[in-house]
Amino acid sequence: MKTENSNFSGIDIPSDDVLTNCMHCGLCLPVCPTYAITGREKSSPRGRIRLIKSVAEGTLDITQGFVDEMNFCLDCQACETACPAGVKYGSLVESARNQIRVQRKDSEFTLMMKWIFLRNILSKKYLLNIVSKLLGIYQSSGLEAAFKNSLVVKKLTPKLFKLQLLSPRIDGRFFDEIYPEIVLPRNTPKYTVGFLSGCIMNVAFAHVHEDTIKVLLHHDCRVIIPKKQVCCGSLQAHNGDFDVARELAKKNIDAFLKHDLDAIVMDSAGCGALMKEYGHYLHGDPEYSEKAKQLSGKVKDLTEFLYEIGLKVPAKQFSHRVSYHDACHLIHAQKISKEPRDLIKSIPGIDFVELNEASWCCGSAGIYNVTHYEDSMKILDRKMNNVKETQAEYLVANNPGCLTQIEYGCSQQQVNMKIVHFSTLLRTVYEL
Amino acid sequence: MNRQISQNTLSTISLIVGKENLFTSKEDAISYSYDGTPLHSQLPEAIVRPTTKDQISELVKLANKEHFSIVPRGAGTGLSGGSIPVPNCIILDMSQWNKILEIDQENLTSWVEPGVITSQLHQEVEKIGLFYPPDPGSMNICTIGGNVAENSGGLRGLKYGVTKNYVMGLEVVLPNGEIISCGGKSVKDVAGYNLKDFFIGSEGTLGIFTKILLKLIPKPETSKTMLAYFNTQADAGRTVSAIISKKIIPCTIEFLDNTTIRCVEEFSHIGLPIDINSLLLLEVDGHSTVVEEEALKIVECCKQNNATEVKIAQTVEEAIKLKTARRSAFSALARTRPTTILEDITVPRSEIATMLEKIAAISKKYNVLIGTFGHAGDGNLHPTCLTDERDHDEISRAEKAYEEIFIEAVKLGGTITGEHGTGLAKKKFLHLVTGYTAIETMRTIKKALDPNNILNPGKVFDI
Ligand SMILES: Cc1cc2nc3c(=O)[nH]c(=O)nc-3n(C[C@H](O)[C@H](O)[C@H](O)COP(=O)(O)OP(=O)(O)OC[C@H]3O[C@@H](n4cnc5c(N)ncnc54)[C@H](O)[C@@H]3O)c2cc1C
Ligand code: SF4
Ligand code: SF4
Repeated sequence: MKTENSNFSGIDIPSDDVLTNCMHCGLCLPVCPTYAITGREKSSPRGRIRLIKSVAEGTLDITQGFVDEMNFCLDCQACETACPAGVKYGSLVESARNQIRVQRKDSEFTLMMKWIFLRNILSKKYLLNIVSKLLGIYQSSGLEAAFKNSLVVKKLTPKLFKLQLLSPRIDGRFFDEIYPEIVLPRNTPKYTVGFLSGCIMNVAFAHVHEDTIKVLLHHDCRVIIPKKQVCCGSLQAHNGDFDVARELAKKNIDAFLKHDLDAIVMDSAGCGALMKEYGHYLHGDPEYSEKAKQLSGKVKDLTEFLYEIGLKVPAKQFSHRVSYHDACHLIHAQKISKEPRDLIKSIPGIDFVELNEASWCCGSAGIYNVTHYEDSMKILDRKMNNVKETQAEYLVANNPGCLTQIEYGCSQQQVNMKIVHFSTLLRTVYEL
Repeated sequence: MNRQISQNTLSTISLIVGKENLFTSKEDAISYSYDGTPLHSQLPEAIVRPTTKDQISELVKLANKEHFSIVPRGAGTGLSGGSIPVPNCIILDMSQWNKILEIDQENLTSWVEPGVITSQLHQEVEKIGLFYPPDPGSMNICTIGGNVAENSGGLRGLKYGVTKNYVMGLEVVLPNGEIISCGGKSVKDVAGYNLKDFFIGSEGTLGIFTKILLKLIPKPETSKTMLAYFNTQADAGRTVSAIISKKIIPCTIEFLDNTTIRCVEEFSHIGLPIDINSLLLLEVDGHSTVVEEEALKIVECCKQNNATEVKIAQTVEEAIKLKTARRSAFSALARTRPTTILEDITVPRSEIATMLEKIAAISKKYNVLIGTFGHAGDGNLHPTCLTDERDHDEISRAEKAYEEIFIEAVKLGGTITGEHGTGLAKKKFLHLVTGYTAIETMRTIKKALDPNNILNPGKVFDI
């Protein structure tokens, strides 16, 4: 490929080898949610790859149309799972987004959203904490109800109105305010595991974290929650902000490698996927390259970890109908789909029902439901139709984004189903 | 973009189909500049999505008047370049014509729009106990229109035949804009020339399908899927002929060589042994007693021909996994080298073993890596050259290797393409099979129907 004509520049550019690896067979088209919406090739993985290739060859500029397609992509990576040729699509779109950012080609709205969320709130812990506290006060004080019902808001800014319904509920106390750095199980510890409190999870899913800790303790784990840890950097990396992601990664490497850990257990699929990729992002870094690989090697999703050590048999039957939604960052990014299902099925009494199109994205996709609200809702509708069909009492989803999104779908459509993290289900099962 | 089609003409097109169905951005053009064929691409002037047959008819008339070309496109999975744009053309995107219009259970037929995805039709008819056999490897995305235009085959071709065996009727917009209907629900029909068959396999050069009537059959009661492993390709090849000479017609006999097995296993993790020389994937279907009996005979036959192991899929899911893995073969081969140039030669079944030997020799002679798989039961092999388009020397060696493979196939009484069509990629070699007089006859037909050469010009042969 003639790189001298390329409209990409710098080090973080889409890989020529990956681009050539796509033999444009089209087998990834049927699994792409954005292609399903428009039916246009440019919104398909195959089309996007060709667009990126054209920019790399210098036959297309980084046009507004190009930027739109890169941002329209959910980065759900369903196409990676479907691709027999093994094309690493995610790396292409993320590098392309990085180039868009570096070359300042994003639209103002997207730029603002990315700046607010990714560069500031989420990557700066103190800011996230302040904002979340405020949001928490707002949500619990009755102001929110007033806001939601205010006709003025509904009429004037329907988008804002809907967006604020989508924001996760802020927990009364943040997770890292509740737990000390080292938590010991009742029995003699068999394993020592690191735990990431994260950003969103820390403030809005403290209850899920708590459930995970309880489950880990129940399985005789000594849990270490390094105080010096930061957000994993996944939202930044997926949106192409590699600089911030690398900075965050280094801080986490320092924080976790200080301890002698059997595993680093994740209860957020997105964070797990990225931490497994630290080695890739810091490849070639003189100081961190090796350490990153070492850390990535220890990262395990909770279901992966429990599958390995074996789930303790619960004392009581749990006679309920349960279904499972594959978080994209579990099934597509980490290739984990068997473990959670097998674990759920192994719980005595459970009537497991498979969710149709379980591996189809729910439309949450990081901050996608903020930047692309309408499309995100179309994708959610498709998910909800399948969710309703299961007639399950519990739907398990192991990612904060999916939990919020599908819960939102349920509230919009008056579906009475408990959307829970696997930890939450387990805590209920074990009555912890 | 430097356009050949004038702004005026584009405005007229926009009036015909509505501006929401006309795409002219560079990004759109780039993403319709290819199909599944390696090494060919061309930007179209515009992409047009007509919504009625009258719109198509008007577009065709406009093309004749304003001298631009029309390239019909289904899902763009073609492997001979059928839907790749030609200079000065619009892409006629038929993928949104995706309704199954009727399933007639009394006559066992189905009217579909051409954009219906093949596997969607499978699912719908199987829900009511019916069966549409053609199942190309690309069935989850390719369209019935594309299947008819290429006369596509699939894994079940050995027993059930190919697309043409299931087309009963067509509604076609001709290159002059007239609309005709040919064929119908009558099982027998000899009124006039058989125009319907004439459009099947015409690769978008003679008419645009707007409605297709397909034949359905009752769904086989049960099936059994088997895998047989071999130490040599010759043993695998001989097994194919041996099974058929025992008067057993399995629905599927697929061949995979070691290179293909490795790639497929790396993608699908279904536990194929990666150290075996080759394997056959076999399936028999029908009434349960017959299936049992034939499966036993096949196992015996494989063993007699030195199969090192024969495995029978224990569950339906396992069988589906095996067939799905086989369908990924072509794309999975791109794991080894990025540019996979796949061919589609077909020889009489009795010559399979010989052809496999020739391919191996040619691969050696030109020092190119070739992975071979295919519908062995049909004598249809896909020797696939694993190359890198950035290495020009390798590409030229690959091209020479192919030419020789084509010549050998024809010598054995075979053809240069069994199911992917001639399109752009193989037109240079067409004469090897048909001879020049036949090509001249085809030209005469094309000229008579499409005097201005507006419909997918330059495909199959040059005028
Ligand atoms: C991974 C893979 C596996 C494959 N496996 C097989 C296989 O097992 N067997 C097989 O036979 N092929 C196979 N193919 C080839 C290809 O899928 C078939 O040729 C298929 O029929 C093309 O359908 P499409 O909808 O993609 O058509 P396209 O590629 O879009 O078009 C193919 C041709 O049909 C014409 N056309 C499309 N729609 C219409 C219409 N409405 N009216 C008139 N002309 C039209 C186009 O102009 C073009 O000439 C495979 C391809 C891939 C990528
Ligand atoms: S990404 Fe993979 S599946 Fe999709 S077109 Fe490219 S090679 Fe085929
Ligand atoms: S990542 Fe998801 S949305 Fe993006 S191209 Fe792949 S399948 Fe489509």
